[in-house]
Amino acid sequence: MQQTIINRRQQLKQRSQFLQQLRAFFYARDVLEVDTPMLSQGATPDLHLRSLSSELQIPGQANKQNYFWHTSPEYPMKRLLCEGSGDIFYLGKVFRDGDISPRHQIEFTMLEWYRLGFSLPQLIDEVCELVNSVLPEQRQIQKLSYQQAFQQFAGIADIFQASAQECIDCLNRHNVPEIVGVDKDDKVLWEQLILTEVIEPQLGQCEITVIHDFPARDAALAKIDDANPWIAKRFEVFVDAMELANGYNELADADSYRQRFEESLAHRLEYGLPQVPLDENLLSTLKAKPLPECSGVALGVDRLLMLSLGVKDIAQVVCFSTEAC
Amino acid sequence: MATVSTNEFKNGLKFLMDGQPCTIVDNTIVQPGKGQAFNRVKYRNLMTGRVLEKTFKSGEKVEAADVMDTELQYLYNDGEFWHFMDAESFEQFQAAEAAVADVAKWLVEQDMCVVTLFNGDPISVTPPKQVTLEIVETDPGLKGDTAGTGGKPATLTTGAVVQVPLFVQIGEKVIVNTEKGEYVSRAK
Repeated sequence: MQQTIINRRQQLKQRSQFLQQLRAFFYARDVLEVDTPMLSQGATPDLHLRSLSSELQIPGQANKQNYFWHTSPEYPMKRLLCEGSGDIFYLGKVFRDGDISPRHQIEFTMLEWYRLGFSLPQLIDEVCELVNSVLPEQRQIQKLSYQQAFQQFAGIADIFQASAQECIDCLNRHNVPEIVGVDKDDKVLWEQLILTEVIEPQLGQCEITVIHDFPARDAALAKIDDANPWIAKRFEVFVDAMELANGYNELADADSYRQRFEESLAHRLEYGLPQVPLDENLLSTLKAKPLPECSGVALGVDRLLMLSLGVKDIAQVVCFSTEAC
Repeated sequence: MATVSTNEFKNGLKFLMDGQPCTIVDNTIVQPGKGQAFNRVKYRNLMTGRVLEKTFKSGEKVEAADVMDTELQYLYNDGEFWHFMDAESFEQFQAAEAAVADVAKWLVEQDMCVVTLFNGDPISVTPPKQVTLEIVETDPGLKGDTAGTGGKPATLTTGAVVQVPLFVQIGEKVIVNTEKGEYVSRAK
């Protein structure tokens, strides 16, 4: 029993010091911590994110009001950026329903930050510097475009031009177990499966691997490359085959935000998913005070702590796992 | 037939794949931040014992399998089938050779076994952890050798062969661990 108590204190101390270290990184760079609200009347319309919601009793309202728990602090942080906050970071809890695995909890800790005037390469450098500052050993940085990653790790010369059948052949060539439920013509899904089943397990094995230049359809709220309408200015960071961070050169134009949101809602409709109210506060702020030129990134804090301590299950780095709450 | 969606997948869930009953041994959700979620599933075919892998798009459905583990008493082998009985309802079940294959040598009449039933038919049998069996053949050991430094093979009534200490003789009953196939001790 005594041993258990000591180990528990040790574990809590590691986490506490780790959070302190992350904050220190930003204080040293004059990036301000903001604790944006977790509840909002608007939710992310993203097809693949499931927001939790709660009924709030607001004084003066006859009926309870539905509020959504944030899946990331992106929207309120962008409002702050529009209102002149300057460089900011958020370090705290976010919620994404439906997924519990050794790498994911429904409630987890996210670090998200925005840097004014940063290009995507500048932000990539800063993310790698932060990651290297907490890894047990310094790692080299490997930067690959999405297309290069498919060439190098899956043997596909041009993923943008490849057919669904070429993607299926690639999966077979790499002895990926049978996939159930994907239409044979659904190239986008087969391409995603190459990424998750063939490429990602090979990423960041000895280095920090950064994948950039994602297809425009995965832009989310990233800018599209001026020179190439097929490419989104987005990157992801991998260490030990685990996706750690996801960053954009941020879309600025208010109308483009509404357009992207509407597209996501249309996708939700197509897939039979519930519609969600948009964050109208964000949209009206963007319209009134344009978002300054900036890049932003979200990083999974629990995953980074796992890498820092060399543990394989996210449940080992949090106080209590979702299932133990 | 009832169906089970991927979001109900968990270890131990029984389902039908190509008409054969299977049990999930590992279920990992792969949810990329920007894409469709999948369930990476390892499952054991309960008929063959083979472990296989498939990746299901989230939301896919599989057929539920009517599979359950019940405790039944082993009665006898008629040469073709192994007969078991529910000690409460007295309902009898007959298991074919495929279902008992590896464990037939550990089946002792009257012993309680865990029998896996698929649509009411036995598909696998788990004998008790320890069974007591009589030695029908073994070399005579040296008198006075009780240290048990060496061992010798002994054939039991069911045909099973286990290593026993030198002092154990024909006609004696021994306790055997059925998982390891190892001698535990002499039975009192």
